[in-house]
Amino acid sequence: MAATDIDVNYVAHLARLSLSPEEAQKFGAQLKSVLGYIEKLQEVDVNGIEPTAHAFPLINVTRPDEVRPSLDHAEALRNAPAQANGLFMVPKIVE
Amino acid sequence: MEYEAVIGLETHVQLKTKSKIWCGCANEFGAPPNTNVCPVCLGLPGVLPVANEEALRLTTLTGLLLNCTIAPFAKFDRKNYFYPDMPKNYQITQYDRPSTLAGYVDFEFSGALSRVRITRAHLEEDVGKNFHFERNSGVDFNRAGVPLMEIVSEPDITSAEMAYEYLCSLKDILMYGGVSDCDMEKGMVRCDVNVSVRPKGQQELGAKIEIKNMNSFSGVRRALEYEIRRQIEVVSRGGTLIQSTRRWDDVAEITEEMRTKERAHDYRYFPEPDLMPFQPTESWLREIAQRVVELPLARKQRFMREYHLPAADAQTFVWDVPLGGYFESIAKQARNPKAVANWVINNLRAKLTEANASLPELRFSASSISELADLVDSGKISSKIAQDVFGDMFEIGDAPGKIVERRGLAQVSDTAALEQFCDQAIVANPGPASDFKAGKVAALNFLKGQVMKLSKGKANPALVGEILERKLKA
Repeated sequence: MAATDIDVNYVAHLARLSLSPEEAQKFGAQLKSVLGYIEKLQEVDVNGIEPTAHAFPLINVTRPDEVRPSLDHAEALRNAPAQANGLFMVPKIVE
Repeated sequence: MEYEAVIGLETHVQLKTKSKIWCGCANEFGAPPNTNVCPVCLGLPGVLPVANEEALRLTTLTGLLLNCTIAPFAKFDRKNYFYPDMPKNYQITQYDRPSTLAGYVDFEFSGALSRVRITRAHLEEDVGKNFHFERNSGVDFNRAGVPLMEIVSEPDITSAEMAYEYLCSLKDILMYGGVSDCDMEKGMVRCDVNVSVRPKGQQELGAKIEIKNMNSFSGVRRALEYEIRRQIEVVSRGGTLIQSTRRWDDVAEITEEMRTKERAHDYRYFPEPDLMPFQPTESWLREIAQRVVELPLARKQRFMREYHLPAADAQTFVWDVPLGGYFESIAKQARNPKAVANWVINNLRAKLTEANASLPELRFSASSISELADLVDSGKISSKIAQDVFGDMFEIGDAPGKIVERRGLAQVSDTAALEQFCDQAIVANPGPASDFKAGKVAALNFLKGQVMKLSKGKANPALVGEILERKLKA
């Protein structure tokens, strides 16, 4: 079975990557061969097999509802490209 | 042609936990920006979320309160998108295996019982809060990672008013169950509305319009009133509606289309590898079942049935849970529960507000209220005097019988004494007396009032009326 064509520019848009036409072509071919490889899995008969939610056979990992100290405010904002009034400043958000 | 609206709601509710859903930061409103944050809720690389067990419990509890099936297997998924309020670039939510499924909410609507089916109630994380300035925007991540439950209804709602009533009862249920404080002012409940219209009787649904991010129930009602009218207008003019997202402008009172992105949302959900699936055990479920409370509607119906209260009184006790509990503790043994309800609602509540006091601070014992009601019912004191007795009860805490005795407030039903008062009143007020004789019935009330005054309010009003009438007609 041939690998499905993928719309590289669409995938790039979803990942907020800007690709040159050359890159789009190069990555497109690479992704296609990755998908082709994965499609081998399609050949496996999975009838009657429950989908696995996780590779580890662990369930119900929880923590008690207890408050623990947060980061120091200055520390939390240390990596912010810009800050003002205690907020992370970002380019103007337009909806 | 007649049209009908088809409405479904997605309601987001912040859960009442101490800490956030994946980390130990406080779930607290109003802290200075970015002070309840840590590497987990800031989405820094290399961190691992761990599920807050109370958030899972509250979700299951909600499922039980909304008559849902509790999934024996639930898991979390990543919903991928870019937005500054979501530092990880994905929101952890439940996609194909939610914690609860297929329930319903019953509520009173336009004089009857309505049912809206619940598709699912699932658990996810809230996102940060954006602030918009002239030239840029700011983000506060205190809210990021607050446990958020999304309750999705089936499109069973047919009007703006019904949507409003559904939301109110949903809120009451969640507050009753201790699932959420549902404080609208603090943004604890937010709503996305899906609405379409179709000619009455048509099976096929019209184009679905979504109105996003409503933060008040009255806003939902007004937005729907507007939007249903708008859609019917478009369709009846022969226009076509296309599936789109709109925003409610609360000032202009209109909905407006949001700039549609050139590509539809593609969230590329996939299982969250950092969290393990959840399979509730029998004992865990039993523990949560114990937290199920009587729902507001059931409580109202029970109060009406067991204590013969009118709907308005029962509703008061639904809204004010402690007051309802107090009433019930008395009403169970009371001869006249309706009278007890009147005292509790009309007098006690006012006094408590006036004195800025609460029920546990009451000086008198709860049984005093039914004793007081009995004193009035048996004719021992008049209802006017009873008001004074109640005032004393509230101030000093004595039993009403004791107050009546000490202050000599018992109603005078001794005919000889009353006859004397009546004679005095007639002699002192010849005008009204002759008015009554001339057929002016209302004049009797004036004379009755005079007798009450002479008796310092203690005369039995019914007897006074009889005696006066007899004397004047003689």
